[in-house]
Amino acid sequence: MFSNRVKKFALVTAVILGVLANFGIQTPLKAQSPILIGLITKTETNPFFVKMREGAQSVADKLGAKLITASGKFDTDNDSQVTAIENMISAGVKGILLVPANSKAIVPSIKKARDAGVLVIALDTPPDPVDSADALFATDNFKAGQLIGQYAKTAFGDKKATIATLDLLPGISVSELRRNGFFDGFGIKKDDPSIVCSGDSEGNQTKGQTVMENCLTKSPDINLVYTLNEPAAAGAYAALDKAGKVKDVMIVSVDGGCTPGVEYVISGKIAATSQQYPLKMAALGVEAVVKFAQDGTKPSGYTDTGVTLLSVKPLNGIVSQGAVFGVQNCWGTPTDGELDAAMKADAAAGIQPPTPEATMAATMAATTAP
Amino acid sequence: MSENADRISFASRIRQMLLSPTVGPFIALLVASLFFTTQTDRFLSGSNISLIFQQSGWIAVLAIGQTLIILTAGIDLSNGAVMTLGSVFMVSLAVNNGVNPYLAILIGLLITVGFGLLNGLLVTQLRLPPFIVTLGTLNVAFALTLIYTVETVVAPTELAFFGQTFKIGGTTITYGTVAMLILFLVIWFILRETAFGRHIYAIGNNPEAARLTGIRTDRLLIAVYSLAGLIYGFAGLLLIGRTGVGDPYAGQTANLDSITAVVLGGTSLFGGRGNVLGTLVGSLIVGVFRNGLQLMGIPSIFQVLITGILVILAVSVDQLSQRNKG
Repeated sequence: MFSNRVKKFALVTAVILGVLANFGIQTPLKAQSPILIGLITKTETNPFFVKMREGAQSVADKLGAKLITASGKFDTDNDSQVTAIENMISAGVKGILLVPANSKAIVPSIKKARDAGVLVIALDTPPDPVDSADALFATDNFKAGQLIGQYAKTAFGDKKATIATLDLLPGISVSELRRNGFFDGFGIKKDDPSIVCSGDSEGNQTKGQTVMENCLTKSPDINLVYTLNEPAAAGAYAALDKAGKVKDVMIVSVDGGCTPGVEYVISGKIAATSQQYPLKMAALGVEAVVKFAQDGTKPSGYTDTGVTLLSVKPLNGIVSQGAVFGVQNCWGTPTDGELDAAMKADAAAGIQPPTPEATMAATMAATTAP
Repeated sequence: MSENADRISFASRIRQMLLSPTVGPFIALLVASLFFTTQTDRFLSGSNISLIFQQSGWIAVLAIGQTLIILTAGIDLSNGAVMTLGSVFMVSLAVNNGVNPYLAILIGLLITVGFGLLNGLLVTQLRLPPFIVTLGTLNVAFALTLIYTVETVVAPTELAFFGQTFKIGGTTITYGTVAMLILFLVIWFILRETAFGRHIYAIGNNPEAARLTGIRTDRLLIAVYSLAGLIYGFAGLLLIGRTGVGDPYAGQTANLDSITAVVLGGTSLFGGRGNVLGTLVGSLIVGVFRNGLQLMGIPSIFQVLITGILVILAVSVDQLSQRNKG
């Protein structure tokens, strides 16, 4: 049943693996083990999490800790996170930094880790209940929504708003907090008749465009679009552009990624966005685990990692920062010339360069070590 | 004389087993395990091995159903979505509608069997390709789940039974792991020793010949798809036991993960050749790499990379062995 070729093939494979195994025996990874820290994100692909991982890695390198990472296969992949937590406990981590994919479903695994003496810090997304983790380092997503809601309200004044919202997926807390914050900032309830269309963009550009196209078909007079993140905003803009409506419609968003986020703010495609700081969450997290490993101090409660309103169309009575600040503090990688474009946009709008204090406040945690 | 004949058949069975396509994957599993044992002293412990079984369990069970269908030269893309639909109904009915938990389990199983039956009917009665049929039911089941609920509901203890544990010499083992292994043995026995099992291979090898020898192929296929549905419901129970909740977003890549396990286990995607124990080995290979690489501190994306390479290797081996035969 087994052909010679197959046998040969199996033999070669076995030999290669055997050599690898031998190599392992000669160089055991045992001597003086560094502090192990686990980081579990939702996916490997979203730049938000890529940036978070880079932030964690650089602080871990600086503090001499070893970072091990894992993630789900899709945004709501709970099982992969459960598996990663179990494996990390087995690997002997001191602490786990976790962005829960499913706030409720992950709770028993968090408990398992804490029972095993592992510090668990939730990043970005709170578990439900929130006190199931030792601490939470996250953006105040409700406030992030509120800021753009207030901005839009001030810009609209007495003008009648017809609103579309591009959300993530039903039942995801981050998305709902931002959206409710937006409504609160705009001064309406979630069943207000001015909200004419809502759809799930899944936070990506392609779906966002589809949702916006359908919304425009339903209500061609939409003049205010809330999107839960900037890829969705980019999709909405593409749909509006195709329909020849970009001049009449304001887009507000949340995230503050370098691209498309801040890029779209510079060009005015997004009127205002709330910038958040994933690097800071990760950096604070790594520092907290190292401290816990050294002297047993545990962080607790909620640490707000801050949010800043960005716009190149500043409004009276609304505190915001300009494009240069946005580029300097964005997560991801700015495109070539993005900073130059930002300087021009700020100059055209009469926005002063950001003060060193403001920049410090946003990036502090990422640059200081205990 | 008859004793002698028994002995011969026993010896030939041993030889048959050694030569079966399960052996290659099994060697790969052993070599991988050996490799990780040398790399990290945390790999080879009772509790870590138990963990790998828990982590691989529900995908492995889904892959049992997938194996049955692939043996008939079919494929099932709907299994993860069907499992999730069943498990979400089980939990939500019990918690939100106050249905007796055991009745809720029964209803959940009926739903998954119903979807299996539907797949089987569409494949046999309308002569539609299994790939398209199950692509359709994948979407239907996924949508029905989210129409029914987007809420993650904590399961009552009756439903999370398979997550409960017992100890053997300090190693914690879940009832789910035991149940999974028993199911593998049962299906292995059915495939090997019953007419139903042999007919599954016959259909996969040559449906026309199978029909001419008097096998009622349509009825058999419908039975296979329905049995697979029942097994998916069982996988749903394992998943509830593992996570303690009914999660409407679970299992979105489980269909492809289960196909991966089947292929890594040496079962041919062309049907008619393969073995359900190979599927168990295939699931464990994925689990061992995921766990071992994690223990070594290597990012999980490398596990995806290695799994991809192994799948191509496994299919190539299958293809080469066929070519040499022909």
